[in-house]
Amino acid sequence: MSDGELIGSFIVPVHPHTVLAPEQNEGWGRLRDAYDVAAQRIKDSGADLLIIYSTTWPSIIGHQIIADPNPEWVMVDHDFHDLGSIPYSFNIDEKFAHAWNEANEKRGLKSRTVAYHGFPIDVGSVVALKLLNPDNAIPAVIVSSNVYANRSETTVLAKACMDVVKATGRKAIAVTAMSLSNRMFTKPIEPKDDRIHSLKDDEWNRKILELLGEGRLEDVGQLSRTIHQQIRVNKVVAFKPMWWLSGMNTNRNDLTGEVLAYEALHGAGGAVVHLDPTPSGTGDIEYDEDDVEYFAGERNVLDADQLETEENEQSSNAESLPKEDLNKGPALWEPTEGEDSVNSEAAPKPVGAYPHARRVGDLLYLSGVGPRQPGTNAIPGGPIHDESGKALDYDIKAQTQAVVDNITRILEEAGGSIDDVLDVTSFLVDMDRDFQGYNEVWAETLGQVGPTRTTLAIRALPTPIAVEMKVIAKAPPKM
Amino acid sequence: MSKGEIVAGCLAPHPPHLVYAENPPQNEPTAEGGWEQLRWGYERLRESLAGVDYDAIVLLSPHWQTYVGTHFLGLPKFKNLSVDPVFPNLFRYHYDLEIDVELAQQIHDRAADAGLAVKMMTNPDFRVDYGTITTGHMFNPAWDKPLVVVSSNRSRDYYSVEVMQEMMIELGRVTREAILASGKKVVVIASNSLSHRHFTTESALPEDMSKEHITSHAMHLWDMRMIEYFRTGQAQRILDEMPEFTEQAIAESDGGGLSWLLSTLDVPTYPGILHGYGTIIGTGNAIVEWPVRDHKEAGL
Repeated sequence: MSDGELIGSFIVPVHPHTVLAPEQNEGWGRLRDAYDVAAQRIKDSGADLLIIYSTTWPSIIGHQIIADPNPEWVMVDHDFHDLGSIPYSFNIDEKFAHAWNEANEKRGLKSRTVAYHGFPIDVGSVVALKLLNPDNAIPAVIVSSNVYANRSETTVLAKACMDVVKATGRKAIAVTAMSLSNRMFTKPIEPKDDRIHSLKDDEWNRKILELLGEGRLEDVGQLSRTIHQQIRVNKVVAFKPMWWLSGMNTNRNDLTGEVLAYEALHGAGGAVVHLDPTPSGTGDIEYDEDDVEYFAGERNVLDADQLETEENEQSSNAESLPKEDLNKGPALWEPTEGEDSVNSEAAPKPVGAYPHARRVGDLLYLSGVGPRQPGTNAIPGGPIHDESGKALDYDIKAQTQAVVDNITRILEEAGGSIDDVLDVTSFLVDMDRDFQGYNEVWAETLGQVGPTRTTLAIRALPTPIAVEMKVIAKAPPKM
Repeated sequence: MSKGEIVAGCLAPHPPHLVYAENPPQNEPTAEGGWEQLRWGYERLRESLAGVDYDAIVLLSPHWQTYVGTHFLGLPKFKNLSVDPVFPNLFRYHYDLEIDVELAQQIHDRAADAGLAVKMMTNPDFRVDYGTITTGHMFNPAWDKPLVVVSSNRSRDYYSVEVMQEMMIELGRVTREAILASGKKVVVIASNSLSHRHFTTESALPEDMSKEHITSHAMHLWDMRMIEYFRTGQAQRILDEMPEFTEQAIAESDGGGLSWLLSTLDVPTYPGILHGYGTIIGTGNAIVEWPVRDHKEAGL
């Protein structure tokens, strides 16, 4: 089976007017026509999966993914109920939904699948699927927009989705069901009187569409917070779908974009935009936030509170005692302090009595660095086995990247940077399986720095990780 | 026609966990209990009103969120399955409720006369929100009183807490006038939590009470501050501090229910009865009754 890929992306409006009342306003009709064009392009593309990220399905307990193979009901909008009802019956790829849920878990995200009779599929998803996939020929999957999710969480959600797309050989289309400016008129209006709520909203919308028309999706993603502040009413879900869509497109800025329509929907900005992966040759990314492969943020309030309590108890009673790992791995120790030792709060706790690094003359000698995350002790890419020793699937690239990140943190604590690395000894627990992925990440990171390297296969490491690196680096001058 | 009367006003929160823990036959999932402090609070509220005669319940739910004005359910019956989009594992409730369309229309008309944007909801396929169903069930599991269901106009999202409150105070004023003019005895209910910061993870067993607590000390302090005002008849201070409370406690008062309730009760200066307080997935929830019937000197 060939690798799957994303073969196109669409941005579509969420209001029910395009389904129920396209004839009542010329603009609504043009949006409907654009929806129909988009549907035909999707049909002609040979896509075998539609992935919907909907801003009108807010969630709290992580992200939720529809996994009912055939959800059927009648949707009535909370505001525009007088326009009528939309009966729906959708073709959902439940296997993909479950696989995405599992892929999220591997990348540190909380999510769950939903497969309950009568579950209320949101208006944005219903409108998008009714119009983009009118005969249900293409299986679909729908994901919620978590109200607490930030950029990293939303980006990792996309990367986990693409893990499954690639692994299952799918030809996928990504769709964000969303408004641009979302300020509606707060009183009923006659359809003929519809327009964008304000000139300011209209100007911002046109700027967004100019960028998207040039295929500069990541630029729009980078501007998400600004856009939210400028033209978004503070509803439950912020302007985050661009993070997700950009993540689905590997944060590219050179897509081929086309705005099929832009019109007002009760004052809000509605647009149908097609983003084709064919490189347009236009703009590079002008500025960038850190990319993220694994979500290591704090979302587990229940256990975090427990951990904090444990930490407080231990710090007040016996600071030097090692702490029990959440995953029941080896005990965690405070790094030892000594003359010329370098220890970082931003690096994972040692599993023995040693410092993170030690300065000797002009050199820094780092203790073996693994991928465990500081604070949570989570392993990006997943552990290689569970508590009982049962082997688990894991992502060597995510683990390797996390090792490099931890090395960077320790070197920065010492006043240096990753550019100071001179020599690396790498340890892999499964050379056959992991060397290629490890080598790819190396090439993109330390390979750009140019240290000497030795790679060894070993039987095991103290924690359930697949890779560890022993580093010698130049020591920055003492201040 | 005799003069209408508000017999009680209630703050009665709607997390679906409460119905889940009660295991009523209408709800598909079953639980091993949980959140007893709040469920006992609802019991006390029901007992308090057991001997009180009334004709209808007027309820504002923050989970019927409308951005184009305030809406009212406008058909005599609604029967359907309500599935919570956030906690579908806990709440899949088969409801069958009656609406007092006459009273709903009367409140609607007075609100329209006052310049508020309003609309009657007359689409028979409309699914009633789970907040209405949860509070409706916990307050009156027999479902033997007709409801007036009022949507939550999200004016706070569009403008500010201050503007939201101005609109809700006005809506409360006309709600009160309509009830008094209707000749009916009515209970008014705001269905909302206090502090509203959730946990974003759920226990494997949702009703595992060893995991339940407020999300932060700051949220607890705000909840207790509000409860002290409830208990000491300081409704005006609640209104005065609503902007700070709503923003700092991420309170569900952002939906306007509490402001509307206190206005409908003419900003009571007599104590409310605290029937219960507890947290649900980290949010703060109080069950409070203002026994208006015992304070007719307060203006009714």
